[in-house]
Amino acid sequence: MNRLASLRIVVALLAGALFGFGLSLSGMLDPARVIGFLNLASGHWDPSLSFVLGGAVLVAVPGVMLQRRLRRPLLDDSFHLPEKAEIDGRLLAGSALFGAGWGLAGFCPGPAVSGLLMGLVPVFLFVAAMAAGMMLHDRVISGMLPR
Amino acid sequence: MSAYWPSLFGGMLLGLSAVALLLLDGRIAGISGIVGRLLGGVQIPLNAAFVIGLLSGPPLYMLAFGSFPAVTIATSGTLVVVAGLAVGIGTRMSSGCTSGHGILGLARFSKRSFAATVTFLLAGVAVATLMEFLR
Repeated sequence: MNRLASLRIVVALLAGALFGFGLSLSGMLDPARVIGFLNLASGHWDPSLSFVLGGAVLVAVPGVMLQRRLRRPLLDDSFHLPEKAEIDGRLLAGSALFGAGWGLAGFCPGPAVSGLLMGLVPVFLFVAAMAAGMMLHDRVISGMLPR
Repeated sequence: MSAYWPSLFGGMLLGLSAVALLLLDGRIAGISGIVGRLLGGVQIPLNAAFVIGLLSGPPLYMLAFGSFPAVTIATSGTLVVVAGLAVGIGTRMSSGCTSGHGILGLARFSKRSFAATVTFLLAGVAVATLMEFLR
C-alpha cells in the first residue's frame, strides 16, 4: 500500500472518531432524545436535534464553499460527489421508510453503529436488522424497483 | 439554552468531520453509504477505518467525561428490529440518511437532499407522534 493510500485510511479513521465523539457529545446516541424531538405530542418537546443539525450544517457550509474552489481533494485525484439531481420515487419512498423507522425507535445509522461498543442489546438488534435491510435492498429490492 | 450547548458543539464536530473527509479524501461522510459499501465489500479498508473511528466515539467520550453517554431505550425488541429493517432498506433506497442528506446534502444546497430531509423528518414526526398515542 502506498503512502497516500495509508494516509487516506488514517484520515477516515480520525474523521470517524471525530464523528463518533461528536455524536456522543451531542446527545444523539440516546434514542429517547431523538424521539423527544420527533414526538410533538409528549408535552415536553426536546429541541436538541435541531441544535445538532444546525451546528453541523453551520460548519459544513463554509467547508463546501471552500471545496468548490478546489480542483481536487488533498489526498485524491478528484472529488467523488453525488451527481444525481432528479427527485425520484426511490428517493422519496426510501426517505419516508427511513423516517418511519427513525421515528419508531429513535435510531439512525450513525448513532446506532457508534453505540455498538456500549454493550446494549437493543443497539445490537437494531444494527443487525439495519445491516440485513441494507443487504436486502442492495441485493434484492433494488433490482425489482423501476428504474 | 445552556442545556443545548453540548448538542450544538457536538453537531459542529459532525460538520468538522464531514468537512475534513470532503477536503482531504474528496468523499461524503454519509454513514448509511459507508456502512452499506462496507457490507457490500466495496473499498473495505477506507470504510472499515471510518466505522472503527465511529465505534471509538463512546469510549473517547468516557475518557473525557468519565462515563458513557446516557442511552434510554423504551422501544420493544420486536419494534427495534422492524425499525432497523426500515432504516436499512430506506437509507439505501434513498442513497443517504441524516448525515449524507441531512448534513452534507443541505450544506451543498442539494435539492434532492432537501427533499429527502423534509421527507424523513416528516415521516419521523408522524410515526413518533403516533406512537405517543399507542403507548
